[in-house]
Amino acid sequence: MTYEELLIQTALEDERIIVMTAENRALVRNIPKILGPRFVDTGITEQTMVGMAAGLALRGRIPIVHALAPFLTMRAYEFIRTDVGIAHLPVKLSGYIPGFLSDGNGPTHQSIEDVSIMRGIPGMEVYAPADEDDLVKMLPHIWSAPAPAYTRINHKKGNFTHAPYQPGKAEVVAEGTDVTLLVYGFLFENALQAKSLLEKEGLSVGLVNMRSLKPVDEEAIVRAATGSQHLVTIEDHLQTGGLYSIVAEVLLRRRVSAAVTALSLGERWFRPGLLAQVLETEGFTPEKIAATVKENLVSYAK
Amino acid sequence: MMTKNELAALQSTALKVREHIIRMSEGGGCFIGASLSCVEIMVYTYARVIRRDKDKPTDLNRDYLFLSKGHDVPALYGTFVEMGLLEPGRLANHLSTSDSIYWHPNRKIPGVEFHSGSLGHLPAVAAGVALDCKLGVGDNRIVVITGDGELNEGSVWETILVANAYGLDNLTLVVDRNSFQANIRTEELVPLEPLVDKFEAFGCDVIRVDGHDFLALEKAFGDIDSRVTGVWAGSAAEGRGKVKVIIADTVRGKGLPSIEARADRWFCAFTATEVAQLLEELHGHVKASIESETLVVR
Repeated sequence: MTYEELLIQTALEDERIIVMTAENRALVRNIPKILGPRFVDTGITEQTMVGMAAGLALRGRIPIVHALAPFLTMRAYEFIRTDVGIAHLPVKLSGYIPGFLSDGNGPTHQSIEDVSIMRGIPGMEVYAPADEDDLVKMLPHIWSAPAPAYTRINHKKGNFTHAPYQPGKAEVVAEGTDVTLLVYGFLFENALQAKSLLEKEGLSVGLVNMRSLKPVDEEAIVRAATGSQHLVTIEDHLQTGGLYSIVAEVLLRRRVSAAVTALSLGERWFRPGLLAQVLETEGFTPEKIAATVKENLVSYAK
Repeated sequence: MMTKNELAALQSTALKVREHIIRMSEGGGCFIGASLSCVEIMVYTYARVIRRDKDKPTDLNRDYLFLSKGHDVPALYGTFVEMGLLEPGRLANHLSTSDSIYWHPNRKIPGVEFHSGSLGHLPAVAAGVALDCKLGVGDNRIVVITGDGELNEGSVWETILVANAYGLDNLTLVVDRNSFQANIRTEELVPLEPLVDKFEAFGCDVIRVDGHDFLALEKAFGDIDSRVTGVWAGSAAEGRGKVKVIIADTVRGKGLPSIEARADRWFCAFTATEVAQLLEELHGHVKASIESETLVVR
């Protein structure tokens, strides 16, 4: 099932749902003719769309709102925080082409701070499905919950069949004693392959697909930190406020000490280009992830 | 007045720019339709309006051109190549992480005054530049090329209100009115017409022209310039000029009948064979038959 098929099915079953977009129809091509007046395209007006979504939600609707992730989360940020956040309305935000998925667009289109800023809104939930299979397993829970939510959409097909989604829980793909890779979204697939590469070298490697970044599965993080020598957080996000920060907050709160390495974009916009080349240049291919993990394990052993 | 030879030179440059655009649609693709619609606007403005010395790119006395509809990179860089600002071979580095030539402009490319891509930003940035030129008693002219879909963004209209409050008659907005945004006609989504009336109601001097006609563009820039009435007074209350707006009616995909004014020909990634056909079509030989699907990104 695709994102759009799930959205159509859900909207047909629930009259409260209004599908909105600020002129980006990539995920909702076929929706207008099916939903008719329950599809609203406001044009290139992200803040107006979010304000209208708040108004619709005030009247009992559940708006599922679409735009490119950077414009949705940043252009409309104060509208999300003030109109949706303060009123705690069930507006569901779908951010398209987050992180590396903006490939050749350049910094204006790179949503690499979305996790940080969206989780900074009280009551806002933040989700990052690994691929299409994960996405369609998570969305029914996300859309039916009463809270506002931001989903970092990855609609690409993966090669992995995910476990059923349990609200607020991570998917622990494997436990390992040498190192555990903590990852979310699009980079899951490459982390999975990096795990195989590291295992070929005799390492015991854990892998956790975080799925829900807020609320976050604290137990999964603490278990990984106590069961593994080393944690590596992997994300196509700035280092500030993303998974590395989340893990640091959890460990501090739970008074757990652990060796944690951040594999993130640090404090830079990535070099734009075709996706495969971007991953190569930025060091996020399976081979490069594996090499970085090994390097850090060695450096910690010294 | 433009001579026949000058006109012919502009037309020849526009044709070459279109060739660059078509070539950039191969492989990873580009926003070909919107780039083709603004070729004459861009070539004309750089050739006849913007005074800048390419050897003194940071000269504070230069005129500025801001491309606010940033997805017209192929037209912009194609024009840069023809102006001698950009090494022609670099266009082949499109979408390679080894260069800085990707779908939206950035200042690593000489001639780009400011990065863009997120719509509705550069009118405000340009107004800041225009304000400083006024403060310094410069006679710089600041031109911003915007899209028509881009006019959905409220920030454009806020800027016009503020720029008129400050009498920024050194600021000219050129709207590439190709009547499409993404895969939709503007009038079927968020209608903009009557557009002249809207800008006039916001306090602007407005002229509407055929954006593919160099003579019409020449007349528009001439007429609008002769209407400069601005004396810098520093506040909205005193005698002041108005922001200039040229609405340039254009055709998305102009030059390639097989994709002209088609909603589905926005972002296109063509094959080498298709590019060869399109180049033939551009030169009026054979109409191309194109199979590639358009992708959807902004």
